[in-house]
Amino acid sequence: MAAIAVFLIAEAIPALQANNSSFLTELLWTPNNTPPVFGIGALAFGTIMSSALALAMAMPVAVGVALFISHYAPRKIAGALGYVVDLLAAVPSVVYGLWGVIFLVPFMQGPSEFLNEYLGWFPLFSGDPVVGRSMLTAAIVLAIMILPIIAAISREVFLQVPRMNEEAALALGATRWEMIKMAVLPFGRPGVMSAAMLGLGRAMGETIAVALIFPATFGITFGILGPNGNSIAANIALGFAEAGEVGRGALIASGLVLFIITLVVNMAARMIIARRSGASA
Amino acid sequence: MSIQTLSTGRRAKDLTVRCLVYLAFAVAVIPLVSVIYLVIKNGMARFDFDFLYRSMKNIGPRDAGGGAYHAILGTLQQVGLASLMSVPIGILTAIYLVEYGGKGRLANAIRFFVDVMTGIPSVVAGLFILAFWVLFLDLNYSGFAGALALSVLMMPTVVRSAEEMLKLVPDDLREASYALGVPKWRTIVKVVLPTALTGIVTGVMLAVARVTGETAPLLLTVFFTDSINANPFTNAQMGLPLFVFDQAGRPNDTAIDRAWAGALTLILIVMLLNLVARLIAYWRSPARGR
Repeated sequence: MAAIAVFLIAEAIPALQANNSSFLTELLWTPNNTPPVFGIGALAFGTIMSSALALAMAMPVAVGVALFISHYAPRKIAGALGYVVDLLAAVPSVVYGLWGVIFLVPFMQGPSEFLNEYLGWFPLFSGDPVVGRSMLTAAIVLAIMILPIIAAISREVFLQVPRMNEEAALALGATRWEMIKMAVLPFGRPGVMSAAMLGLGRAMGETIAVALIFPATFGITFGILGPNGNSIAANIALGFAEAGEVGRGALIASGLVLFIITLVVNMAARMIIARRSGASA
Repeated sequence: MSIQTLSTGRRAKDLTVRCLVYLAFAVAVIPLVSVIYLVIKNGMARFDFDFLYRSMKNIGPRDAGGGAYHAILGTLQQVGLASLMSVPIGILTAIYLVEYGGKGRLANAIRFFVDVMTGIPSVVAGLFILAFWVLFLDLNYSGFAGALALSVLMMPTVVRSAEEMLKLVPDDLREASYALGVPKWRTIVKVVLPTALTGIVTGVMLAVARVTGETAPLLLTVFFTDSINANPFTNAQMGLPLFVFDQAGRPNDTAIDRAWAGALTLILIVMLLNLVARLIAYWRSPARGR
């Protein structure tokens, strides 16, 4: 861990010194020019935006899936159904990328135009050129990829709800939904929260799938349907082959930022889990 | 006195939630079905003898034909090397955590860092090896560098799963062994490890399956090549995920077809590993009754 940080910092410093603008706020990424100019601004924005969108889409579905497997599906097939969802996690990310760029990108053209036409007043869906290869498509692929981990952890938490609490709620005449609302969700909330944060960390670090889909532009726009979007990880994958000395250092510096962000998110998630298990033990 | 029926509102709410939950599951399964269907359908077109036994040497993106032999070979070598490095270290760490460390400070710190390390983005692991191996030690891009990056990703997963399995071994077994005067290390080798073996094997295979599909770290450490390089210690190699990524980024139909076939090969390998792991877990698990 420490070694990772040390080597990344050591290799990033020369590039940062050669940089001709502020690394944290500059939007452009032209480290191979002379003089080199690059900054993390647009990339960090793209990373956070796409991950947040993915999380917003994956969360309800994942919790629904977890509830389905823990409380709705017939006992006998619940395990098998859980396995099916776990299979989603087994598909390599490059395959999702391929699927996304060949199938989902053309497929999203229609729905994107629909959203733009009828919900265009909402800043997220505004903007003029509407394309399939957009932030939204990338976020959908990310959502599919983080769904299994959120669903799996939430399922474990829901299964740990004390049987007594559930039966007490049912005995008071609660419907199944009321039982879930009263007994399962309050008990599972911290677990689901930490699952969401682990999913967020996963989404931010995901590289190949989004590298294939993102149009790789540099700028900050809130319209998620237009031809823009990029992320730190995708930029590393795409920019690496043509990077020179400074360019490589710059990419390593951006990787360092990604490392720190995901580290913080993951640590927060583990903290939540640790505190909870400490309290219940 | 009669049994009161539920009010319409409550019943409607219950039904709505039930529908939503079923719907959520359906929504989650759609992409899986779609991905697998498309990969099989499009992958079969080029999934032939040539694809498995030829490399991409002297084949341009627009030419038909060409294969992924170099990539499959590279993947097997890289993943094999990564496993050779990370599995022993991972299992030894897990043994330390369960048998020696207990609830001590050091063990808890290791546990925490292993947990956090499972969340390291794969691209960062790749960058780390790039910075350390290629830039700092000034060595070449090679299959071995890729294997190093993969083992950084693999180690925490192996430690976690092996630790869980070792914890499941009942203390009674250990105590019985001690009571017979068997020293601790022999107890671990002869009693604890055989008991937990199937679980550990399952965990290792799942970890292998996971890193087999990793692309980003390879991109930064193995680089690209179109020809067969059977020596993982010198010069650039290829990997199956890299092959898919490379071909998918090209606009020609012939390249896209190769990408699909590569994806099919990759999924077959990964799913096979997964399936075998699950079957071992299912058939040999001592807790099968649960």
